[in-house]
Amino acid sequence: MTLIAETELQSFVLLRLGDRRFAVAATQISELVAPSRVFRFPHRTPEVEGVILRRGRIVPVCDVAGKLVGKPLKSRRFYLIAQRNYGAQTEWVALPVSGDCELINAEMTLPTDSDAPHVSGWLSHGGDVIEVLNLAALTPGPGELLAPVAPLAQQEARP
Amino acid sequence: MRPLSPSKAPAPRAEQIILFRVSGQIFAVSSASVQEVRGVDSLSGAAKKISQPGLGKVQYFAQRGDNSFYVISAAMHFGLSPSPPALVFMLRRTRTALLVDGIEKMTSMTRLQALPRAFCHEERGWYRGLTALDQSVVPVVKPEGFLTPDEMFLLDAAMSPALADTGSDPEAGDSLADAGVAQ
Repeated sequence: MTLIAETELQSFVLLRLGDRRFAVAATQISELVAPSRVFRFPHRTPEVEGVILRRGRIVPVCDVAGKLVGKPLKSRRFYLIAQRNYGAQTEWVALPVSGDCELINAEMTLPTDSDAPHVSGWLSHGGDVIEVLNLAALTPGPGELLAPVAPLAQQEARP
Repeated sequence: MRPLSPSKAPAPRAEQIILFRVSGQIFAVSSASVQEVRGVDSLSGAAKKISQPGLGKVQYFAQRGDNSFYVISAAMHFGLSPSPPALVFMLRRTRTALLVDGIEKMTSMTRLQALPRAFCHEERGWYRGLTALDQSVVPVVKPEGFLTPDEMFLLDAAMSPALADTGSDPEAGDSLADAGVAQ
């Protein structure tokens, strides 16, 4: 039995930050929305630039481009509204992206110990190798350590 | 036989709030948390200008009846650029008063959303949550969040000689003017 036979195709949303593409598991994405007004107020969490109003909810905006490509986005095409888990609770976070997003089905390769905490896996798509993002390691949350790179079940299933 | 009256959805409970301005930023505070609003001109008399290292936001110390309280610059507390305050909010059930630039309006909110967990630093102690008003988002301040118990302890320790000097005055009036905060 080959490794490929043991794995399943999963859905991912590909997003663009500057010149690079990243992926997030489609199950973690709520919607893709046009940029709207960001409301700012004093706070001390540098990773959060403000909040947007979406469907009656107040959603924090986290520009993760600084961490991933080294500089914040100059232009924003969309906000990807993603679900961020905080223990048993899930909240929305808005991730600004600079280009179109794409839904794909692909096999994910699990990360290695040497991968950064924000990498929850790797995809091969269109000739590129693309990082699958671990939102818990990229977006801030109160009183928690960096989330594990991959869920324990996946680690155990690793060949 | 009378027909059953259609059941009505309960009206959302509204909370009266004061929208106030500090260095161009709008905040909200529950009206029930504000005991009194005074002009800064009334800050004259016996209160003391203080300068506690590391607590520059605490501008004055005053006594009001049996209680002492601290007057805090909202601009400095929130890390905003300083602006001349025009009003003082005496905050109920706290030992703090707040210097603000002005009142925007009084209104009501029907929904207070908890501060998103992505906000994970000091601001969690500053705000009760956020509310959406007129297609805008306003942070609702936590009256007890302007001084932590540790900060209050430090201030009380620093001010204890002043407290001993002045003593409490049970006959003192109940207004800020009576408290006599000096500029």
